[in-house]
Amino acid sequence: MSISFFEIVDKPIDVEEVRQKVVDRNAGAITIFIGTVREMTKGKKTLHLEYQAYPEMAIKMFEQISKEIQEKWPEAIVAITHRVGYLEISDIAVVIAVSSPHRKIAYMANEYAIERIKQIVPIWKKEYWEDGTEWIGDQLENVPYPENLPTKKGERS
Amino acid sequence: MINILLFAHLQEAIGKSELNIDLSDYTVGQIKQWMENQYPQLSLQNMMAAVNEEFATDDIIVKDGDTLAFIPPISGG
Repeated sequence: MSISFFEIVDKPIDVEEVRQKVVDRNAGAITIFIGTVREMTKGKKTLHLEYQAYPEMAIKMFEQISKEIQEKWPEAIVAITHRVGYLEISDIAVVIAVSSPHRKIAYMANEYAIERIKQIVPIWKKEYWEDGTEWIGDQLENVPYPENLPTKKGERS
Repeated sequence: MINILLFAHLQEAIGKSELNIDLSDYTVGQIKQWMENQYPQLSLQNMMAAVNEEFATDDIIVKDGDTLAFIPPISGG
C-alpha cells in the first residue's frame, strides 16, 4: 500500500504519523510546522472554529505545492495533513513535515508550503465568537486570481 | 448537466452545497451570472472558480459532466 503524503482528515492529526512519511536515509533535517487554533485575533475571542475543505481539489493543490517545492529544492520531501470539522482552541489544524539533507532547505520549503496553502488550497475557516459567526476570507488580503495561481485560462479544447 | 459545488458562506446563503443544472457549454462567467439571477443573495463576480478541480477564469467553457466549484477567498492553514 502506498502512503498518502497529502491528506484531509476529520479526526485529530497525529504529528508523528506525518513526520514518519518524510523520513529518509539521506535526510539530515526534518522541519515540522504545526498550525493551531488561536484564541485571540485582533482583540476578538474565538470560542471554536470550523474548517471546511473541497477535499479532491485540496489534495491536488497540495500535490501542486509539492511539485513547486521539488522544482525549487529537488531534495526536499514534503507531507501535509489538514484537519476539517469542528476544532477547539489549541487544536492542531495543519501539520507540514519537510525533510532534506540539510536544515536550511527544510526550513525554507516548509515556510513556502504554508504560504502557498494560504493562497491556493481550497479550505475555509468559520470563526465562532461570543457574539456571532463568520466565514473568514482574505487572510492574506487575497485579490481574486493572484498572479501565482495555477490557473487554466482561455478556452479548453 | 453540470455539477456546481458551493462552499463556506455561499453554501449557507442558498442552503445547498451542490446543484445539478442543465447548463452545458456556457462560460464560467455566464454561469456566475445565471446563478446570481437564480439566487440574488449570491455575489459571484470576482469570485474564483474551479472546473474539474483546477482554477479556471471566467472565459472557460463548462462542458457536460464537468464540475464547477466556486471558491470563496481561502482561509485554511
